[in-house]
Amino acid sequence: MANKISDEVIDYVSILAKLELSEEEKEQAKSDMGSMLDYIDKLNELDTDGVEPMSHVFPVTNVFRDDVVTNGDNSAETLANAPAEKEGSFQVPKTVD
Amino acid sequence: MDSLQFTAAELGRRIARRELSAVEATKAVLDRIEAVEGTFHCYVTVDAEGALKSAEQVQQQIDSGELRGPLAGVPVAVKDNISTKGMRTTCASHILDNYIPTFSAEAVNRLQRAGAVILGKTNMDEFAMGSTTETSYFGETKNPWNPEHVPGGSSGGSAAAVAAKECFCALGSDTGGSIRQPASFCGVVGMKPTYGTVSRYGLIAYGSSLDQIGPLTKDVTDCATLLDVIAGHDAKDSTSTARDDGPFAEALVDDVQGMRIGIPRDYFGEGLDAEVREAVLGAVKTLQERGAIVEEFDLSLVDYAIPAYYVIACAEASSNLARFEGVKYGYRAPEYDGLHSMFKRTRSEGFGAEVKRRIMLGSFVLSSGYYDAYYLKALRTKALIKSAFDKAFERFDVIVSPAAPTTAPKLGASLSDPIKMYLGDIYTISANLAGLPGITVPCGMDSKGLPVGIQMLGDCFQEKKLIRMAYTYEQSQNRRVQDEQTV
Repeated sequence: MANKISDEVIDYVSILAKLELSEEEKEQAKSDMGSMLDYIDKLNELDTDGVEPMSHVFPVTNVFRDDVVTNGDNSAETLANAPAEKEGSFQVPKTVD
Repeated sequence: MDSLQFTAAELGRRIARRELSAVEATKAVLDRIEAVEGTFHCYVTVDAEGALKSAEQVQQQIDSGELRGPLAGVPVAVKDNISTKGMRTTCASHILDNYIPTFSAEAVNRLQRAGAVILGKTNMDEFAMGSTTETSYFGETKNPWNPEHVPGGSSGGSAAAVAAKECFCALGSDTGGSIRQPASFCGVVGMKPTYGTVSRYGLIAYGSSLDQIGPLTKDVTDCATLLDVIAGHDAKDSTSTARDDGPFAEALVDDVQGMRIGIPRDYFGEGLDAEVREAVLGAVKTLQERGAIVEEFDLSLVDYAIPAYYVIACAEASSNLARFEGVKYGYRAPEYDGLHSMFKRTRSEGFGAEVKRRIMLGSFVLSSGYYDAYYLKALRTKALIKSAFDKAFERFDVIVSPAAPTTAPKLGASLSDPIKMYLGDIYTISANLAGLPGITVPCGMDSKGLPVGIQMLGDCFQEKKLIRMAYTYEQSQNRRVQDEQTV
């Protein structure tokens, strides 16, 4: 495998991805990511100098509209999906002491 | 006659003529689900009560003359990543297994306005990440032609439900082939429309620049009919396009005289199963006999489509799936130590292995130091692939290929080697990168008795050419079957 993924890289990517991997999952992730990157490195065969990155296939521009409220108050239904709710708000664990 | 045999359009006509009611049709299909769902497992959620209630309401509106569209009273299934107000929508993931949307996707609203009766939500690969429907948290769907085989994916539940007559037609979504490949494996018709044709509002996003909702149906007429219902500009999706070339059903014309078919040599090389190749080339010959002009050509860049796709799709997925953190909806880990620990545990316990694999890869290719080398490189490759197709469509009306290199693999044979599974998307994936429409139509069976599908790709906004060619091919097959029956 040409792409050796270090423990540091996996730990850093886990932070970005907000995932907590077990030791076993980390080893698997190192091997999976390494082989995917080896495969993706095939793109380096292509000369893309001077080619603009294409994020959208059509020449689109920003679509603007007036900021008008069209929906009603769905707060009760919306909060009904929350794992924890308190006084009409989403409840999360304490964030500051 | 058994109403389950009808296509959606035929059922709609008979309901309109009062030969049977929406309620009778819904009851028939619910009985069918009851009888075979234990074997095939096409659905995550079946809403029998809701479907019957909605069928009664629809029937009243048909009786009063309010509803007269082709799908009025027709029972349909919806993939479980398409939001349905008040009906659980899980993306086949533990992290959303109790989520009840407070709004419906625009495609669902359009279906309901047309009087379609929603039966329930179909199984899929978790967050549409997979090609077999085996990564579903709720267990795999079986291929109705042989339950030891996969139905394909990620819209495997929708394709199998159409094939098993557990609905009359279904919605799927296609990010890299997720409508066209399961349609091929299950012997049904499936179409990914041009990017922007169907609103993505309410489709739970995987790769936003690639995702597109489309029909899975019993035949090409149903495909055009369903597309006409769900397509259209929507202000709630800023990438949705306003088109004035409809209705698509106008293209149901049995004639391909003078249409130019391109056969990409690079799609018929190594890795393609001999029986699949034979079936597809047989269908091409049929179209040639009907007057189409067939020519081989080199598409080029085919080997770069899958790596470019996985960089782009995973990058977008890592961003789109950041919203699942145990605060607003879905699963929350029972034990944690503070806010960030809650986020991490929730996501680690809530997502399956394939989803985590793609989020990790996506986070990596977007991270500082790798963004240019991987993400921008993939977007540049996408631009080259798009121009290769632009060049091809200067010469051809339709590009014809298999939908997949093989027929449906056995259950359990695909997940052990992710890259091998990804390679199965080779013929479908470029259409998503280039925004192109594509349709899959059944074109035969292999010696194992599993269906083979032919894929037709068109230039952007050229669905009508695809529908016309697919319909012409289908008509020739229907005539052949009729001839055989009369002999």
